[in-house]
Order: sequence, then structure tokens, then C-alpha cells
Amino acid sequence: MTTATVDEPAPGTAARPPREPRPGLMTSIRRSWDRHWYAWAMVAPVVIVLAVLVFYPLGYGTYLSLTNANETNVAKDIGPVHIGATYHWVGLHNYWQVLSGKDGDFYPRFEWTVVWTVACVAVTYAIGLAMAMLLNRKVRFRLFYRLCLILPWAVPAFIGVFAWRLMLNSQYGVFNDIITSFGLPAQDWLGTPLSQKIAVIMVNIWVGVPFMMVALLGGLQSIPGELYEAAEMDGATPLQRFTNVTVPGLRPVTSTVVLLSTVWTFNMFAIIYLLLGNNTTGDTDILVTYAYEKAFTGVSDYSAAATYGIVILLILVAFSTFYRRQLKSEQA
Amino acid sequence: MSATTHSGPAASTATPLSAAAATPRGRGERSRGASIALHAALITASAIAVFPVLWILFISLGPSTSWQQPHEVLRHLGLGNYRFVLMHTSFPKWFLNSVIVAGATTVLGVLISASAGYAISRMRFPGHKSLMWTFLITQMFPMAVLIVPLYNLLAQLNLIDSYLGLILVYCTIAVPFCAWMLKGYFDTIPRDIDEAGRVDGLTPFGTFWRLIVPLARPGLAVTAFYSFLTAWGEVAYAAQFMGSDHSTLAAGIRTFASDQRADWGSMTAASVLIAIPATVVFLLVQRHLVTGLTAGGTKG
Repeated sequence: MTTATVDEPAPGTAARPPREPRPGLMTSIRRSWDRHWYAWAMVAPVVIVLAVLVFYPLGYGTYLSLTNANETNVAKDIGPVHIGATYHWVGLHNYWQVLSGKDGDFYPRFEWTVVWTVACVAVTYAIGLAMAMLLNRKVRFRLFYRLCLILPWAVPAFIGVFAWRLMLNSQYGVFNDIITSFGLPAQDWLGTPLSQKIAVIMVNIWVGVPFMMVALLGGLQSIPGELYEAAEMDGATPLQRFTNVTVPGLRPVTSTVVLLSTVWTFNMFAIIYLLLGNNTTGDTDILVTYAYEKAFTGVSDYSAAATYGIVILLILVAFSTFYRRQLKSEQA
Repeated sequence: MSATTHSGPAASTATPLSAAAATPRGRGERSRGASIALHAALITASAIAVFPVLWILFISLGPSTSWQQPHEVLRHLGLGNYRFVLMHTSFPKWFLNSVIVAGATTVLGVLISASAGYAISRMRFPGHKSLMWTFLITQMFPMAVLIVPLYNLLAQLNLIDSYLGLILVYCTIAVPFCAWMLKGYFDTIPRDIDEAGRVDGLTPFGTFWRLIVPLARPGLAVTAFYSFLTAWGEVAYAAQFMGSDHSTLAAGIRTFASDQRADWGSMTAASVLIAIPATVVFLLVQRHLVTGLTAGGTKG
């Protein structure tokens, strides 16, 4: 048990044992097992759960995307009769349909998904940072404000969305009463495509700000106060202190939360689906909700839904690879 | 904001008391105007954050049609909606299902992601880097591509309409984020503590369990909060995978507002009841939220 199976070099120093002449394959596997079985045992539960419930379905989804499976030709049981699957392999046909724009929906949906993601992440980040900076000062009732501001995170999303649905209702909703009292024109918020888009972005921001705020607040607190004092000594204006101390100090947190929230927003299914339900023209569908509709409304088109899923995944992987590489080159 | 411009009238009086008041303001102090602006901004933001939640609470206290006449609510305050939801619907059953699923997801999710996070933080082993990358990638899987294959898989394993199936599915959502966070949090705990434990004859797992877990409470609180909320509020999987007997709150509550019948009164009361446990969990961990979240996030 306690044979030093776990080596612990400080990160970076990498105290490798001296290279021996190449041992046989079996020996090296056994040696590696002896050294690492403890670590592997500790990560095993996570790996197994992910492998079975994420990667297997992903592989299966990839397979479906290469066929023409839909509701009419998959295996099913009608009463006691079992009908086998009759769909067949079509190669990259589905991908060609999507990427060449032949299905007519991909590029418009992609465009709106990008607008939606950028708008949501940018505004959420800006508001979250502003709130974090306000809360990072000495303020009376700070705890009270913090609790209020985090509340949208604590309430399950579908309830928050439901509350907004009641408020945005064009006939009885209180939201129109509020904005008309500020002199703004009332809107049919859940009616026309444009106002629907504004409404979903607004609700998503409402839901997303608390996470951003809490993460950035932690980041602000980890910036040493001496840096600000030194900057002040050197006669830096508040704006200069912000751009030269706060922004660089927040970089590690920023890079993580922006990446995470971009991924989450890109795949944000619940808010659009729950806020608008079925009364959309399809203009407000982002790629994920569009894929979901392909899979579950009308004649379910499983292969098209799977194709969209894989395309979404590839877009996000490409984005995050690029993003991290960019960050690394900036730091270097 | 420069500190010297605000000596003001107090500086001219020579009593020792006001001399203290006249010392130049340090950083973080501000004029009254700035204070008012600060509070105004915070109050506005808090109001926007809280209003939708309070609005639901307010509507739920009225009669069942009150969402159409918010003005009438105050004149007919009552708990009729709550009584109806608790007595005449399957709400208590759904509630129990949700408690089971969310509770188990939290415990299981935090346990396995903590052990994985610890292994990644402290031990160098083949697959260590790629595991972190995998956790990030897993966040990117669109649910829409997984849900059909997942349904087939669960059907083969006989896990459709069972608690275990849903719990495991929720773990796949919660665990990657939690493991990522906790790995970062463990990184901030000095390694000396591990070594001390090892010297005293603890196994690596013993070190983790007896020494590191108690120290990592803020990080664990955040991940518990995240896991609980994920399981408590998830709609799509719950609706597809669970039959009516095992449906959770998020899936069950939709039957209040089906196409045939829109019972918004019950819906508001149920929403408030659902929000309460989530808010309680939140109040328990909120003290740890800031420290726990950042320590994890920054070291990703």
C-alpha cells in the first residue's frame, strides 16, 4: 500500500527518474502500473462515468450523423412486433448538407448563435465586473447587496425564466408597466422575432451575471492592495489604475470565466426553449435549440440532429483551442 | 480622488478631535456624493436581481388568476395556491423525487470529483494533462446530440425511469466542472500538509480524506452548490428519462402549464416552494462562494 507509488515533484520541476535502457513493453506497463495505480484508482470513478455516459453516446451520435436515421426507420417495438432498423450509411452526406448551406438553416442559425453568444458574454462580463468592483469597496450593507445580487444564481433557472415569462407577457405583464413608467414604449416582448431576441438576451444576462460577479469579485480580492497604493503614489489616475492594475490582475480569472461562459452560452438550451416555448418563428433558435427541435418535433430526424451536435462540438473545440493558444502567446 | 483636496473646513478648527477628521482620506474612503452614487447603483442592481423572484412570490399569494390582475392581489391575500399545490397535485411526490435525485447527485458528484481533482492536483500520472482537457471538452457537448444516444443506452442498461440513471446523468454534467474547480482549489493548499500526513503514515487516500478534505471546505461547498443546483433545476433530461411516477419537480411542474390547461396560480406557488430549498442551500454556502470559486477558476 505505502510503497511510494505516488511521486510528487513540484509542478514544473519534473524530477524524472534517470532513463534506463528501454525495458520490454510488459515490464514498462507493469512499472507504470506500480507507480500510478493509486492515481488511476482515484480518477477511475470519474473516468468510467464520463466514458460510459458521455463518450459512448458521443460515439453513437457520431455514427448516427453518418447515417440517414430518422423516426421512420429506426428500430422500434409496436406492441409485440419488433421492427428492425432500416437506416443506412450515407457517409458525409449530412455534413455536406449542413456546411454547404443546402439545408438553408445552418448559416442563419450560426450567425444568430454568434451574435447571441457575443452579446450575452460581453454584457454579462461588463455588468459582472462593474458589480464586483462596487462590492469590492467598503460599503455598508455589503453582505445584503451581495446576497441580493447572487440570488438569480440560487433560484433554479427554469423558475427565473418562468418569472420573466409572466413579467414579459404582453397583455398582463408587469414589465411593460415598468418601462412605460420610465417613458419607454411598451413592446410585445414575446411576440415579434426582434423583441424575442432582445428578451432572451436580457433574461440570459440576468441569469448569468451572478456567476461572473462572484468569480471576478474573488479575482479582485486576490489583487494585492500594495499594487494600488504604489500606483497611487506614482500619480496614476483611477482610470490608469483600472487599466494597469485591475485588468492585468484579473487576467487569469477573466480568461477562465470568459471561456466557460462562452461555451455555456453557446449551448444554452434552457433559457431560449423555456422562455419562448413553441411560439417562435424559428428566428430565435440557436444551433442547439434547432438541433433539439430536429430531434424531437415533427418526424424526428435523428441523423440531422446528431450532425448539428457534432458540428457544434467542433466549433467549440476549435474556438477553445484557438483561445487558449492566443492566451499563451500573450503571456509569453 | 486625490487625497489632498478634501481637507475642507474641518482643517481650520484646531481641536484634536477634528484634526483626526482632517487627516487626508485614504484610499477606499470617498465623498458623500460618491457614496450616494455607489449605493444608488447597488440598490438599482439589487432591485433588478431580486424583482422577478419577489414578483412570483407576490403573485403566488393572490387568487389563482392573479397574474392577470396584479392589482387585485393585495386585496385577496391568501395561501389558496399553496394549499391547492400541496393537497391536490402530485407536487409532494415530485418534491421527494427531486430531493432524492439532487441529494444523491450532490454527494456522489462531490465525492468522485474531489478524489479525481486531488489526484490531478497532487500526482503526476500518464493521462493527467489530457484529463483536464477532457473535462473542459465535456462542457462543450451539446445536450441535443447526447440525449438520443443516452436514452438508448439507459434503456439497454434498464436505467430509464430509475433514480440511479438520472443521478448518473446529472453527475456527467456536474462532475467535469467540479473536478476542474476542485483541482484548482487543491493546488492552493500547501503540499507540506500532504507530506506531513505521509510522514505520519497515512496512505495517499488517507491524506486526502483526513487532511485535505477538511481544509478544502470552501471549494467543496461551491461544488456541492453547483451539483445540487444542476440536479434540482435540470429540465430536458428529467422530462425525457423519467416516467410520471418518478418525475422530478422541474419536469412535473410543466404539467401545470400544458397546452390544455394553464394554471399559472399553481405554477407560481410551486415555483416558490421549489426555490426555497435551493435558496437555503445557497445561504449555507454563500460565505464560501467567493473564495471557493476563484481559487479554482484562476488555476485552471
